[in-house]
Amino acid sequence: MKVIVDEAKCCGAGQCVLIAPEVFDQRDEDGIVVLLEPEPAEDRHSAVREAAAVCPGAAIQLAEGS
Amino acid sequence: MTVNDQVLSYPIPNDAALDPPAEWAELRARCPVAHVTLPSGDGATLLTRYEDVKQVLADPRFTRQLNAPDAARLSADGGGVFSSEMATIIPDSGEEHQHWRRLVGKWFTAKRMNAMRPAMIRIAEDLIDDMVKRGAPGDLRASLGFPLPVYVICDMLGVPAADRDRFSYWSDTLLNLTRYGKDEIEAAQGEFFQYMSDLVARKRAEPGDDLLSELIAVGGPEDGGLSDIQILVTGMALLVAGHETTANMIGKMVSMLLADRSRWERLLADPSLIRTTVEESLRFDANSGFGLPRYLNAETEVSGTVLPRGTTVVCSMAAANRDETAFENAAEMDLTRSPNPHLAFGSGAHSCLGQALARTELQVVLEVLLRRLPTLELAVPVEELERVEGLAVGGLREVPVRW
Ligand code: HEM
Ligand code: SF4
Repeated sequence: MKVIVDEAKCCGAGQCVLIAPEVFDQRDEDGIVVLLEPEPAEDRHSAVREAAAVCPGAAIQLAEGS
Repeated sequence: MTVNDQVLSYPIPNDAALDPPAEWAELRARCPVAHVTLPSGDGATLLTRYEDVKQVLADPRFTRQLNAPDAARLSADGGGVFSSEMATIIPDSGEEHQHWRRLVGKWFTAKRMNAMRPAMIRIAEDLIDDMVKRGAPGDLRASLGFPLPVYVICDMLGVPAADRDRFSYWSDTLLNLTRYGKDEIEAAQGEFFQYMSDLVARKRAEPGDDLLSELIAVGGPEDGGLSDIQILVTGMALLVAGHETTANMIGKMVSMLLADRSRWERLLADPSLIRTTVEESLRFDANSGFGLPRYLNAETEVSGTVLPRGTTVVCSMAAANRDETAFENAAEMDLTRSPNPHLAFGSGAHSCLGQALARTELQVVLEVLLRRLPTLELAVPVEELERVEGLAVGGLREVPVRW
């Protein structure tokens, strides 16, 4: 799985960080998403999918497979 | 336009405190783009499908300029905060809005919420202790739901504890669409404005560790910060946006969980369900209030219907959150539902800035109640719970409980 985040769409809601703190963080200055793990390990996949599904900005894209 | 008896009045009258009106399912199935009449008598277009509501809320052509000359008025007296001048001081769209959100958003990160959690737990414990001291039955809304969010926001803004109750009153008045008269609303708005001007001046003289002081420290607009008036209005907006919404949600969430006590018992047995339970309560809330009005500044199509420029659209997130095409068994409250992409906080660039805070408050309330009052139950039959009338944000008048 590959994760791509779009900073321009991110509205800083922090949902991704609450759900998958190992994969996402937020910048201290403005709350915008920071991707910690572009290729998260298997056991994080379901949390990452949940984060992408609920992100209010639709800022998280996933490339499954690979 | 001719008078048409068939036109639905909006908000749709509904006596059941926790259940949705029957019209929602029908509208979603047969009339997803419905013509409705607002309390002011003006016409608007009501959206109830998940996909439509989500798309419109994230589409910048659907603006928040409800003060446009041809926009529908919500109530006969004007629209409360939705159309107030206050709302025009904070940039409403585009890059300037994004800039404002980022300046303020640094106070709402998940990290900061985790840091605030212990203080919130203490506030909740103290309020619950006071309720227990007064004896059962108690009103969970007045004892916990209403004060907790004000205390949390006041702490965040650096407002002294002694002024919290005035804050509650101002916020209640400003958000109210009909219960208070226009004069009362204007008087409260004036007082609140004066208080906040003084507060910003005090923070400028003596900065503290709070949101207002930090916004001041960034500098004025020439340094990439906000002007004094913008800082002041931001403080007011946070209280107005974050108080009544969260207060009511606390009451509704606890009521929904106690209405069918097997839900409460399930949580007692497995508190790790608190996070998904909070999300499901937000989704399942059939009494979330007016919904979000938008003013359309260009002709657009929604679900196959052309909407002319100048249309006022009302998005019912609560109806959308019950859409069977988006949520399996949408009519069931499932405490394990995941993912749960509900629209209770809106969607897109304007979606609730305070959602991480609201979620943390709701989680803390549940956590502390389950721990302190495991025997909690409703002190009246569910049918006797009454809705608050006249608020833009739906809620319950009282939540009588015993333990
Ligand atoms: C359960 C509680 C809450 C609910 C259901 C809720 C709901 C919403 C919704 C639906 C919007 C979108 C408005 C729009 O698109 O026009 C919104 C916006 C907003 N909310 Fe909340 N909210 C809650 C709690 C809070 C809290 C605790 C705060 C902050 C202290 C807050 C601050 C804001 C702000 C500042 C906006 C405007 C964002 C912008 O324009 O970019 N909300 N809220
Ligand atoms: S959930 Fe989406 S909008 Fe929120 S911080 Fe993460 S990426 Fe940004």
